[in-house]
Amino acid sequence: MSDNHSDGHQASSQLDQASQVDLEKRNFLIASSSVGVLGCAAAAVPFVLSMTPSERAKAAGAPVEVDVSKIAAGSMITVEWRGKPVWIINRTNEMTDELPKHNDQLIDPDCEVTSQQPGYCKNKDRSIKSNLAVVVGICTHLGCSPSAKLQPKGDMGDNWSGGFFCPCHGSKFDLAGRVFKGSPAPVNLVVPPHKYLTENTLLIGVDTEDKA
Amino acid sequence: MTNKTVLEKNKSVLANVFNCGLAWVDERFPLTSNIKAHLTEYYAPKNFNFWYFFGSLSLLVLVLQIVTGIFLTMHYKPDANLAFASVEYIMRDVPWGWLIRYMHSTGASMFFVVVYLHMFRGIIYGSYRNPRELIWLFGVAIFLCLMGEAFFGYLLPWGQMSYWGAQVIVNLFSAIPFIGPDVSEWLRGDYLVSDATLNRFFAFHVIALPFVLAGLVAAHIIALHEVGSNNPDGIEIKKLKDKKTGIPLDGIPFHPYYSVKDIVGTVVFLMVFSTVVFFAPEMGGYFLEANNFVPANPLVTPAHIAPVWYFTPYYSILRAVPPFPGISMLGIPPSLFPGVVAMGLSVMVFALLPWLDKSPVKSIRYRGTLYKKWLAAFVVSFVVLGYLGTEPSNVWGQFGAWLGNAERATVVARIFMIIYFAFFALMPWYTKKDKTLTVPERVTG
Repeated sequence: MSDNHSDGHQASSQLDQASQVDLEKRNFLIASSSVGVLGCAAAAVPFVLSMTPSERAKAAGAPVEVDVSKIAAGSMITVEWRGKPVWIINRTNEMTDELPKHNDQLIDPDCEVTSQQPGYCKNKDRSIKSNLAVVVGICTHLGCSPSAKLQPKGDMGDNWSGGFFCPCHGSKFDLAGRVFKGSPAPVNLVVPPHKYLTENTLLIGVDTEDKA
Repeated sequence: MTNKTVLEKNKSVLANVFNCGLAWVDERFPLTSNIKAHLTEYYAPKNFNFWYFFGSLSLLVLVLQIVTGIFLTMHYKPDANLAFASVEYIMRDVPWGWLIRYMHSTGASMFFVVVYLHMFRGIIYGSYRNPRELIWLFGVAIFLCLMGEAFFGYLLPWGQMSYWGAQVIVNLFSAIPFIGPDVSEWLRGDYLVSDATLNRFFAFHVIALPFVLAGLVAAHIIALHEVGSNNPDGIEIKKLKDKKTGIPLDGIPFHPYYSVKDIVGTVVFLMVFSTVVFFAPEMGGYFLEANNFVPANPLVTPAHIAPVWYFTPYYSILRAVPPFPGISMLGIPPSLFPGVVAMGLSVMVFALLPWLDKSPVKSIRYRGTLYKKWLAAFVVSFVVLGYLGTEPSNVWGQFGAWLGNAERATVVARIFMIIYFAFFALMPWYTKKDKTLTVPERVTG
């Protein structure tokens, strides 16, 4: 009987203790849980980073060398850089003269949106050499590749001064890749980083600051 | 001993073996109690109608997709150089491969058919209302997961539509201010949609999302069986129980009553399903698009790209919202972000329904004409936006100069987009104002 009595006493005192907060234990639990969460976050880092472009993908994104001497005046070629089409357009003098004339019809005639071209192409022709335009041929709306409509007028109507037309949602761009007002595309086409190694050798993907 | 008594004796021996076996299992695993809780003693309202087929049919299609998917992975190659040819190999050389693949591709569209009807049932009978908010939220999560499954799966055949569809959707993420371009590069694992993208989409499609989907479906059903099913009258059958047995007066056991009903639904569904699989697997370009029979070409965009039909209402909304023009004084660039936000909202807004609906009644049977008009307007806008999303934006030509030569289809899409969002945004107002009828005590059949 005395055993039973002492058991009951012990149980009730444990109950009393249970209703009191053991701050030391609580702090320990908070601290160890925080460490656990941090550990899990740290362990997630390699998994998240494994999804970024691999070394092979980066190597495939290496700069592309192009000989521009063979592009006839008034025509263009398409080269592949990082899997994207890059247009090199050899504009005639009439074509470049036309560019500033339709500035009032453009969303961003002065190339204020800095992400769309390197600083050295923020000029009236959006190019290093006035007649040679280098533009990524991917529409800034949703990534389709616009069709070339280089010659004025034709099936694009009498107001057309030459440029590009995106078949997906009807965005229109001029021969410097600047977007016309009323297009779903919000900004001008991208001018990739590029530089001239010699008079006629163009390197796409690297500029003078050597930034890939 | 006569033959009859021998037979009876054998029967009772068999029954004894079965019962002993069951008792052995029950001591180790709650088999009988689970069968009772979820089937033979799960009391569902006795007035379920046609609309109540689509929950069990969704489960059927999920199983069909998992089974056909497993067999497709035995032959498919998630490699940009091999993927397109391996799908053609399944179609031409693998015995019955064409059937398994058409079942999977038709199953994808049929999944959305039954899920949309299932969601519509939830809307008209107020199944999302208290106390079923969590069932609805799990359902919305299942819907999002399903959209992810469909999107990731669509890249796998590596056709032109697969490629450019993925290009467009991944590019939507790059419209997020500041972090967007990095996010879309991270999703692709490359500077464009490539082999790396195909490989990871395969991983998401065959293991990551199905796993999440299965968990969400389990949560959806557990939550449903906790609170009990709603019904076409929107009455809580648990309020009136038999005093002796505690069984709801308007409840009947799921098995055998609704299991038998669902078998009828399954048979009819499989008739429709087989008709599509055998006679119209491409469904005139709505289930399988013509451009996807051309291998992916990163340098040439097809003249017209459109998503598969079940995404087109949201795609229409994406296209209908004009881009943000930018504020050059503050250096804020123009952006597609508003359209992307509107599209995201048009899907996510369903999750808010339990809190937007302020009506004193649940079911459409006891609502007034005001609600019915709004619901009809919503259904019409969903269908019109869905149609417009399958067509190029110049499908109806242009208005004259009086409206700035705006494309007719874009203007119409904008109007219906406003109605679509107004259905949700104004719901707290019109459900309160609506003249409702008195809800009866018992279900009406």
